[in-house]
Amino acid sequence: MKFAIQINEGPYQHQAVDSAYQFAKAALDKGHEIFRVFFYHDGVNTATRLAVPPQDDRNLTKLWAELAEQHNLDMVVCVAAAQRRGVADEDEMKRNGKDANNIHPAFRISGLGQLIEAGIAADRVMVFGD
Amino acid sequence: MATLHTVNKSPFEKNSLATCLSHLQSGYAVLLFEDGVYGALRGTNIAGRVEDAAKSGRVYVLGEDFKARGLDEGKMIEGINVVDYAGFVDLATDCDRVQSWL
Amino acid sequence: MSEIKKFMYINRKAPYGTVYALESLEVVLIGAAFDQDVSLAFLDDGVFQLMKGQDTQGVGMKNFSPTYSALGDYDVTKLYVEQESLDERGLTLDDLLPLKYEDEDDDWAEKDSIKLVSREELAGLMEDQDVLLNF
Repeated sequence: MKFAIQINEGPYQHQAVDSAYQFAKAALDKGHEIFRVFFYHDGVNTATRLAVPPQDDRNLTKLWAELAEQHNLDMVVCVAAAQRRGVADEDEMKRNGKDANNIHPAFRISGLGQLIEAGIAADRVMVFGD
Repeated sequence: MATLHTVNKSPFEKNSLATCLSHLQSGYAVLLFEDGVYGALRGTNIAGRVEDAAKSGRVYVLGEDFKARGLDEGKMIEGINVVDYAGFVDLATDCDRVQSWL
Repeated sequence: MSEIKKFMYINRKAPYGTVYALESLEVVLIGAAFDQDVSLAFLDDGVFQLMKGQDTQGVGMKNFSPTYSALGDYDVTKLYVEQESLDERGLTLDDLLPLKYEDEDDDWAEKDSIKLVSREELAGLMEDQDVLLNF
């Protein structure tokens, strides 16, 4: 089956990013496909490459990046939500006249249409939030 | 046409479990996970409704979240089934749609 | 071509206290371009999103309630409001924005976008959907 996963909250603040990760891993282990993982609201904060969580705890950005690499996952960060919260790639940095960008390369910034498209393409949409 | 309802917040913090239970249609499955697992405890002010839901349909708890919170399976409402993340995936594929009560 | 899916946007949270009402509306507007069968459900505190007379000047936040009135122009014409949620909050239809759309299949007659439904009816409507988006 094809899953679309929507994550509405930031890492560590809520368990959403963890639960979505565990679900995604279990689904992939069972041979299912994940069409897209869409990060919305504070979920966009998962995509920063600047996070330095404590060494003795999980690194959610890294975990998602590794899963994405292993399974060629499409991890999309909503551009509008990202702009609001200061998550940017090089293009966004230049477009908005900022002096830095912070996105982890495993994630790509794109529009809300990607969420709708995922809802259309997938068999099931899983939403993790608060 | 069955729906998997997921509840991830404590019934003592939010009304999500209560409102979920008010919107069940025949063939439902309810999964309590994250802080929602507290809804599976016996003797609470919502336990009666959860017991009824477990009798008229299927109610599940994500074992990993239950254990993480130090909860004792012996204190779980009778009729609730424990699943793991793989079981969560199966619930999502067995139903026709998923409603996440946040 | 591709099948049309039924998308229902579930709104259960009050406006302004959190961002969910605003940002979920943004999804609806973008989603309107995809020609799917779209409806919105307002239950629990979500019914507060549709209250008329929102004046946000004092809190310095953008009043986005006019956007609900524009939904008709985006062909989003099915806004289900749960009666029990209104009752629990001491509200009536009169407290809500008078949302309308022009029905192109009925000589552009102006109709109400808000459809009051019972809890039971809303539960039934949810069973009809392919995708349930929650925020």
